[in-house]
Amino acid sequence: MRRMFVALIALALLGMPEARAVQPDEIMADPAKEARARELSRELRCMVCQNQSIDDSDAPLARDLRLLVRERIAAGDSNSQVLDFLVARYGEFVLLKPRFERQTLLLWLLAPVLLGGGGLALWLQIRRRSRSGADIPMPPLTPDEKSRLAALMSDDATSR
Amino acid sequence: MIAESGHYALVLALGLALIQSFVPLIGARLRDPALMNVARSTALAQLLFVGASFAALVMLHVSSDFSVANVYENSHSMKPLIYKITGVWGNHEGSMLLWVSILALFGGLVAIFGNNLPLSLRAHVLAVQAWIASAFYLFILMTSNPFLRIANPPIEGRDLNPVLQDIGLAVHPPMLYLGYVGFSISFSFAIAALIEGRIDAAWARWVRPWTLVAWIFLTLGIAMGSYWAYYELGWGGWWFWDPVENASLMPWLAGTALLHSALVMEKRNALKVWTILLSILTFSLSLLGTFLVRSGVITSVHAFANDPTRGVFILLILCLFIGGSLSLFAGRATSLKQGGLFAPISREGALVLNNLLLTVACAVVLFGTLYPLAMEVLADFKMSVGAPFYNLSFVPLFALLLLAVPFGPMLAWKRGDLLGVTQRLLAAGVAGLVAVAVAWGWARGGSALAPLAIGLGIFVIAGAVTDLAERTGLFRLPFATTLHRARGLPRSAWGAAFAHAGLGVALLGIVCETTWNSEYIATMKQNDVAHLAGYDLKLDGLFQRQGPNFREMIAEFNVSRDGETLSVMTPSKRSFTTRGSSTTEAALLTRGASQLYISLGDVTAEGAVAVRIYHKPLVLLIWWGPVLMAFGGMLSLSDRRLRVGAPKPARAKQSLQPAE
Repeated sequence: MRRMFVALIALALLGMPEARAVQPDEIMADPAKEARARELSRELRCMVCQNQSIDDSDAPLARDLRLLVRERIAAGDSNSQVLDFLVARYGEFVLLKPRFERQTLLLWLLAPVLLGGGGLALWLQIRRRSRSGADIPMPPLTPDEKSRLAALMSDDATSR
Repeated sequence: MIAESGHYALVLALGLALIQSFVPLIGARLRDPALMNVARSTALAQLLFVGASFAALVMLHVSSDFSVANVYENSHSMKPLIYKITGVWGNHEGSMLLWVSILALFGGLVAIFGNNLPLSLRAHVLAVQAWIASAFYLFILMTSNPFLRIANPPIEGRDLNPVLQDIGLAVHPPMLYLGYVGFSISFSFAIAALIEGRIDAAWARWVRPWTLVAWIFLTLGIAMGSYWAYYELGWGGWWFWDPVENASLMPWLAGTALLHSALVMEKRNALKVWTILLSILTFSLSLLGTFLVRSGVITSVHAFANDPTRGVFILLILCLFIGGSLSLFAGRATSLKQGGLFAPISREGALVLNNLLLTVACAVVLFGTLYPLAMEVLADFKMSVGAPFYNLSFVPLFALLLLAVPFGPMLAWKRGDLLGVTQRLLAAGVAGLVAVAVAWGWARGGSALAPLAIGLGIFVIAGAVTDLAERTGLFRLPFATTLHRARGLPRSAWGAAFAHAGLGVALLGIVCETTWNSEYIATMKQNDVAHLAGYDLKLDGLFQRQGPNFREMIAEFNVSRDGETLSVMTPSKRSFTTRGSSTTEAALLTRGASQLYISLGDVTAEGAVAVRIYHKPLVLLIWWGPVLMAFGGMLSLSDRRLRVGAPKPARAKQSLQPAE
């Protein structure tokens, strides 16, 4: 805990030097907790980056968030508690996997609805059409096409 | 002088495009071959002038003429020659010029190779191409002129973004644009067909090679971009579900669907309306991608609002073309007659399923990309959609698709026998199950999904092999007969098998990389040894080196396995003085299809360096897969040229029949 705060302060004092994704000094001693931290990091957005998770990002803010996640895990939070904590602080924007709620209903339901609805509609249509019998004949050839075909055929005959 | 000539050439190209937009249409109305043939000459002249304009910009970059704003902002006199050239399209204005150059190239190709097309269809196609071209010439000339001069030319340029100074950039954007813009041809064919009101199997036969060309380039372009991100961005990720990537994935998904539905239309005269719609949608998604990337709307809605000229212009083009083409479609589609009946279980049915899954997958990506934007604008609700969302929504759709892939080519047209096909795929299924068991045993438990996905990949590959074996009668007939049949098998059948197997190969790579990737993150001092996946990596030391326009710090790692030295890896960090930024150059060591990957972090005061070392098992399969797919596409294309091109009879015929 204390070391993390020292690291944070040192970071602030040094005017945010460049850092790359997860740094050696961030890693937690307990591998199980570290694995949880990595897993959570992949679901959290670095808010100053373009669509990067804090696990991938080298921005100083991402580092702060990674440390915060580890701090909460060390304090005994469950995964969902950590996420709740971050959403309370930074809003839904921080989640790379949007929660299933009113505003995201359309997003989450799109694939199953389209797949189910589209599949059913197609199945019914194909079955109806294949039962209704008669095939629609191909459109007749235009005079242009007929003369072209004749030319092709005669050409074929001469070349063989 | 060069800049002004380039600018003027572009203006002339606009003039030509405007002529090409209308004269051939009037010609088609009046059935006047001379007027219709104007399209051919203007398309070729356009290619010439846009080519000249592009060459002018390249010359300006190569000669480091900093009196031109575009060169000043993106180049530097010390930059290596190759990056001076590739830097031409490493910026907004230049990349738009590349875009229209490729558009003109495709127009020119239709003009040259379109001898086989009915005259009025060619006239219509080229006219629609000219509409698109005119819109984008106007966009460049009015909002993004690459030839603008600076009143007081500076002595030195501001250099290109260092991340873009890489050989990957030389190849990736042109490939991607060849794909994006290539789909404009199928779009133009669709619009031409709607205007003419005549769509038949022959139409699909003419469209398919063009679609295939675009698809091959887009496949390779996406794969290239992914590999470039993998080695250049420094943390070994190869796909981020970034909006810019999604912008290229959406046309690919729609284009893949189009390839398959055009097949049904060509062979069975069915799915006409749908194929036309897909042609329109595929290019619309390419335009949308251009808008998303070029308007800056993705970085943030506010960046877009602050400097909206470019964004609004492209948005207008987008609305005009998508809206216009869809209205035309809505007006004319009902008059198209549907032919080619088929039972739900049939080759056609399988291809419809392929189209359904690809379209839904495409819709998921579209929604995932645009939903946060829409929510922010409409509901003032800031949210993110990232990789975890796509893993839950996109991946299952693709799993279903892959499961169906081996069945498709083995079903008969019109009415298929699912049970029979299942029996014939038994061996492939068994191979898949064995792979699941082996993967499960080897991984000793863990995630159940990974072994299943491995099994799926093997099933897809084995399915492609089974298809070929069935067609050639391998093991059933004498070997000589098989060989004879294999030679007689259409190249498109080989192409389909290779492309489908490529899907399986890519899946294997993706699963292995994401599941069994191991990493080592630590601060290392000289002579420290890292142990990872059976390899020992000893840090021999850190060195400084001066490059042409950067300084770099190199770390030298001695890589050994069981005490035997394999290689030396030298990851580095480059600092570019002009822009004051730095890049991480990862070091890669390829072992079979697997790779070791080292990327450097910061150096501490004591001379130790933060390193991230990854072992990525079978990671290269991720890109070999698309290469295999593209190879399949090329095989199929060579088949089409043999059968469709038929150059000699076609020319002989034209001389026999002057009045068309």
